[in-house]
Amino acid sequence: MSTIKLTIDGRQVEVEPGTTILEAARKLGIDIPTFCHDPELAPNGACRICVVEVEKARALVASCSAPVAPDMVVYTESERVVQARKAILRLILANHPLDCITCEKTGECKLQDYCYRYGISESDFEGEVKDLPLDDTNPFYIRDMNKCILCGRCVGRCQEINGAGAIDFINRGFNTVVGPAYGDPIEKSSCVFCGMCVDVCPVGALVPKAGIGKGRPWEVKKVKTICPYCGTGCSLYLHVKDGCIIGASPDFDGPANRGHLCSKGRFGWDFVHSEDRLTKPLIKKDGVFVEASWDEALDLVAEKVRDLIKRYGPDSLMGLSSAKATNEENYLFQKLMRSLGTNNVDHCARL
Amino acid sequence: MTNSIGEIADAKAIFIIGSNTSETHPVISYRVREAVRKGAVLIVADPRVTEMAKLADYHLRLRPGTDVALLNGLMHIIIAEDLLDVDFIEKRTEGFEKLKEKVAEYTPERVAEITGVAVSDLRAAARAYATAENAAILYTMGITQHTTGTDNVLSVANLAMLTGNVGKPSSGVNPLRGQNNVQGACDMGGLPNVFTGYQRVGDPQVQEKFAQAWGVPLSDKPGLTVTKAMNAIHEGKIKGMLIMGENLVLSEANANHAAEALEKLEFLVVQDIFMTETAAYADVVLPAAAYAEKLGTYTNTERRVQLSYPAVPPPGEARPDWEILVDLANRLGFNWSYSGPEAIFNEMASLTPSYAGMSYQRLAENRSLQWPCPDKDHPGTPYLHVGKFSRGLGQFTPVDYKPPAELPDEEYPFVLSTGRHLFHYHTGTMTRRSAPLEQHRPEELVEIHPEDAARLGLEEGDRARISSRRGEVVAKVTLTERVKPGHVFMTFHYREAAANLLTNDAFCPVATTPELKVCAVNVEKAD
Amino acid sequence: MYEKHLMICGATGCLSSGSAKVHQALVEELAKHKLEKKCRLVMTGCPGFCEVGPIIVIYPDEVFYCRLKPQDIPELVEKHLLGGEIVERLLYKGPDVDAPARFYDTIPFYRKQKFNVLRNSGIIDPENIDEYIMRGGYRALSRALKMEPMEIIDEVKRSGLRGRGGAGFPTGLKWEFTYKAVGDKKYVVCNADEGDPGAFMDRSILEGDPHAVLEGMLIAARAIGSDEGYIYCRAEYPLAIKRLKTAIAQAEEYGFVGENILGYGFNFKFNIKEGAGAFVCGEETALLASIEGKRGMPRPRPPFPATSGLWGKPTVINNVETYANIPLILREGGLEEFVKIGTEGSKGTKVFALAGKIRNTGLCEVPMGITLREIIFDIGGGIKGGREFKAVQAGGPSGGCIPAEKLDLPVDYDSLTQAGAIMGSGGLVVMDDRTCMVDLARYFLSFTQKESCGKCIPCREGTKRMLEILERITEGLGKPDDLDRLQELASTIKDSALCGLGQTCPNPVLSTIRYFRHEYEEHINEKFCRSGVCKSLFDYFIDPELCNGCTRCARICPVGAISGERKETHVIDPEICTRCGSCVERCRQEAIKVTRVRREADVNH
Repeated sequence: MSTIKLTIDGRQVEVEPGTTILEAARKLGIDIPTFCHDPELAPNGACRICVVEVEKARALVASCSAPVAPDMVVYTESERVVQARKAILRLILANHPLDCITCEKTGECKLQDYCYRYGISESDFEGEVKDLPLDDTNPFYIRDMNKCILCGRCVGRCQEINGAGAIDFINRGFNTVVGPAYGDPIEKSSCVFCGMCVDVCPVGALVPKAGIGKGRPWEVKKVKTICPYCGTGCSLYLHVKDGCIIGASPDFDGPANRGHLCSKGRFGWDFVHSEDRLTKPLIKKDGVFVEASWDEALDLVAEKVRDLIKRYGPDSLMGLSSAKATNEENYLFQKLMRSLGTNNVDHCARL
Repeated sequence: MTNSIGEIADAKAIFIIGSNTSETHPVISYRVREAVRKGAVLIVADPRVTEMAKLADYHLRLRPGTDVALLNGLMHIIIAEDLLDVDFIEKRTEGFEKLKEKVAEYTPERVAEITGVAVSDLRAAARAYATAENAAILYTMGITQHTTGTDNVLSVANLAMLTGNVGKPSSGVNPLRGQNNVQGACDMGGLPNVFTGYQRVGDPQVQEKFAQAWGVPLSDKPGLTVTKAMNAIHEGKIKGMLIMGENLVLSEANANHAAEALEKLEFLVVQDIFMTETAAYADVVLPAAAYAEKLGTYTNTERRVQLSYPAVPPPGEARPDWEILVDLANRLGFNWSYSGPEAIFNEMASLTPSYAGMSYQRLAENRSLQWPCPDKDHPGTPYLHVGKFSRGLGQFTPVDYKPPAELPDEEYPFVLSTGRHLFHYHTGTMTRRSAPLEQHRPEELVEIHPEDAARLGLEEGDRARISSRRGEVVAKVTLTERVKPGHVFMTFHYREAAANLLTNDAFCPVATTPELKVCAVNVEKAD
Repeated sequence: MYEKHLMICGATGCLSSGSAKVHQALVEELAKHKLEKKCRLVMTGCPGFCEVGPIIVIYPDEVFYCRLKPQDIPELVEKHLLGGEIVERLLYKGPDVDAPARFYDTIPFYRKQKFNVLRNSGIIDPENIDEYIMRGGYRALSRALKMEPMEIIDEVKRSGLRGRGGAGFPTGLKWEFTYKAVGDKKYVVCNADEGDPGAFMDRSILEGDPHAVLEGMLIAARAIGSDEGYIYCRAEYPLAIKRLKTAIAQAEEYGFVGENILGYGFNFKFNIKEGAGAFVCGEETALLASIEGKRGMPRPRPPFPATSGLWGKPTVINNVETYANIPLILREGGLEEFVKIGTEGSKGTKVFALAGKIRNTGLCEVPMGITLREIIFDIGGGIKGGREFKAVQAGGPSGGCIPAEKLDLPVDYDSLTQAGAIMGSGGLVVMDDRTCMVDLARYFLSFTQKESCGKCIPCREGTKRMLEILERITEGLGKPDDLDRLQELASTIKDSALCGLGQTCPNPVLSTIRYFRHEYEEHINEKFCRSGVCKSLFDYFIDPELCNGCTRCARICPVGAISGERKETHVIDPEICTRCGSCVERCRQEAIKVTRVRREADVNH
């Protein structure tokens, strides 16, 4: 099929059929705001913040779901569009706590960013405001449904990608909330705590517990690591402040995991700072471990190894390499064993 | 894996055998779900009703340890119904006639009797797998941790070749590796019979290449696997051991046997990040840096090499393993000098054809590379065996069903299988020190069928004594129909209820993988 | 041989006014006189005139008896069936006729109607397929089976039939899209999730002539190449569901449904899915989600159901009345007849449900192009109690109100839209001078807010804020800028909501502001509700000129707010009065007036 030409904000763009207006605009570097858009999920069309004006269309069009058409003329920031976006932001703010000062999401909150962009500082609508209890029944994350803007990305990720199906929209109208069936706490639901909901929440409704109060997004250095657990090779970022890991987030471009994680990778990094970590070489003396210097310890090891080789030959040594260590370390380990004259090297590949 | 994780999502049929994918490889299970959402047929062979089994179109609930019979039965049906890929078999394989003869003995009726899977399900699954345009097989330890582990793997390969599901996208034979760098440890020559990139010990050219590069004479005699080494210690042949980041006291089958072996050693040195159950037996313990504290590469289950960067400094005097190894080597008279992990990687790549085209720069620019990547312009290899196998023609190897080494009897009437659950990992060294994971799943819950529990007077959360010929543990039970009556399941995550005190260290004669999926145990209420 | 056929209405309207008891009395009375073999008693579908139910029509005598009670039956049997004499007392009487009217042709309610879709309702036994066949049923199907799919679609296109569910999309075009969409499986879905307050057109069709809908769906299936269909029907319509099930079973028995239909190698299977009463499930994508077992929530279109509908397969989805029109169009010569009726842009007839302050409540079918005035005054008999007409709400909660000055508007899709209302599924709620237009807007908005699926922000949050403003206004707390606020919110919601429900839900507010702005301003600025509805915005006042001291008002007042001696003028204490309105209903002198709070009477009521 041939490509489709259209005009967005006065600029020509050529894209494949089936491309959405949002994708076409992004190709031009035009930033259309989105809350509910998730490239991994079917278009949801819930938040409406991405509406644009299309010539000859009756109403505004949600750019995240509307496909391009030949010779379409699109305006992404027309007065009518800006009017609608402002109204939507005012409507959200009317029913959203304004505790940004202490909110964990401050600095990476889409609601904040868009309110800033469109100059909305508070809502002029008065009326009922949600007042729902906090759900912190689990050790992984807090659910504050008062902050939820019901974009539905968490629901989509939970149902479509993870398959746990722990949450869905419940109730109707203004009383609609996202939550487990029967209003149960999340700990009692089928949630498997993969945290993918947390990672896509555009506001502060889902917050990992571990990092609360530990640092602002702009103070955090994000370092790419490979998850230390199973063999999938998920790429993820550790969030570091002052030499301490205070959180983790998926690498959305991770070649193996595409931004998906499980409970262990997402939440199980805190063992790194465990008090049980070994911090000094230890030598067993009379059945008790005694702290030693590196020189003492390594000299002792070298001496014992030389001694055993001398007495029993190199095949009296066995080396266990590690499925947890890096390639470089595994390479050196087998090089060492083999240099000592034995091929007795293995690791727990079979377990 | 012959193929890549991402390709699973586009398979038209997926056959999972011996893999509790959603708990052991959650992110890979998301790809399976994606495929199912796109219309793929899912076949799951597992004695337990796992989440994947619930999602499956066909759940083949076989008796533990009857995998070869099941696979032969499927191949019998595929051949009988003429659903095989004749072209592929003719052009790409050899030994088909012998396989045909062998699987002819495995009529659906006989297989149903051995495995407990209904004939109709066998037929439906065989047809679904064989008629799909692309069909991928995923397996893990449910296939390998048997005395017939190698036979099981060969059978899986037979099935894939019979239907031409090798050498094309979204198909293949895909073992899902259990540890983040188990693939890399194997690739790096962390095995007794091969150097890096599976270059054979004993091959004169290989021996010569490494001896020259390393400047040392090298033994051409293959070494011992860990399972055999344990016996060798008891026999007095192994006297000293160097262990880098392994906790074999909890991970080895028949753990008592392993612990006794460590005690017998004249000298044991352990490098680790924690005082593990294994380190406790050491003469010297060296504090190592954790993954988040060092630079290096890891190779995942799909042969994908990725860089990982240091996020935080190691605690106290702890040092990366590579630094420790360099210092030790120099004390042992070798003249090693590496400026850092990148230099080590470059030396390795220069000696390893499948990694030859990789460098830190390319890994950073491409985000990752999948081996084989033989030269600097090679884009890496998402799926293997295109056009030809590494040995040339694919070899069909007929195999016969053999029952597991230890079967239930009057004294030990239950079959115990061990494995993992979602919230902990391996021997728990790391996850049990993670506050949220530990808080969420603080203790072992032995899975037992409600009928068995009722007979034994066990209720949900009661403590039970599980015993085998090798040891006993006490743990809480959970009543669930995930297991069949007569079958119990435990994880090996909890040192307080170490399942490997019970397991059988009988092993597969070829791969020396112990039979962790089947041993006979007794269950009784503990007071 | 039967000598008489007694067609007693067994539809929901007459059942609720007691037709089951009348039926029972008839059965007993016929048995008593051993008339069972001579008189055939049939429970039919709805003849439309619910206001005067229960109804019996006797053939071949052509006599229409109404407002029947069980105690009337002995007389009816004795005089009419045995004596051959018409019981004049039980005929239709009303201000619109000079003498008791005997049959449809002389009853004004029926005079301007045109029965297309309701052709069999009230005439056949809906639970007997033979009667449907005798009236020409399934002939259109057998004709369609001989045609090519595009020929069928072409006839539907040429008929100009537009969707009767509300939006008025051309049916033939929708079928063509679905026919041309690529898919290994296609579905035909019937939207029978009628949810507008006061509307019951679809229910009547399903109860009175279920085979017409089945036949329409079968023809659609043949046209697009589908072998399976769903009827999504509200669970609150048990009788409709029962009759559908009976009809499907009988059609299967006759070979109209199932495998190899009438030997043409065409297969079709019906499924009935009972809806759980969510208004939003009338929206097509929400309806499809609900059939799939998901939460009934709309999703963005495109893709339209024609290309990706039920379980992602191409799907035709039409409403009940649309399908019921199909056999008429596809039967031999039907197309020519069909296009004769209606206007240029809107062909055929439309069924309306008349409700509210209208004298003749019930169901009527009229040719497109008829004026609202004709429907309300000629068919509907005008306003109840002879009061003044104020407005009519067309199209339910998604529609808008139309004031008196627009009564001569011809009823078709385009002119109703122009007037700020919509055709909708055909609900007409008539309002008199005692209806407050602000309160009306508040009512419809509270309905849509409760029924909003909660998915998109403009609808979920926007209608809530609009509702809160309207509530304030009706409580006397309106602010000067409230009208601007309402209009701004309304236009945002119309412009940006996800689904049809959201995009149209501001219509009642916008149309009432458009035509009755002064009422809003009175509420906001003068704190006065002239209609006597918003309780904190008026007082009741007894006009001393008119009060004759009959004491009826004082006796009915539940809170003792009215005082006065017999034959003397009575007085209402506004401090005690709860504005329940009982006294107004009670007063024969119409002496009780609505006034501004603590002011003289200035509005006659």
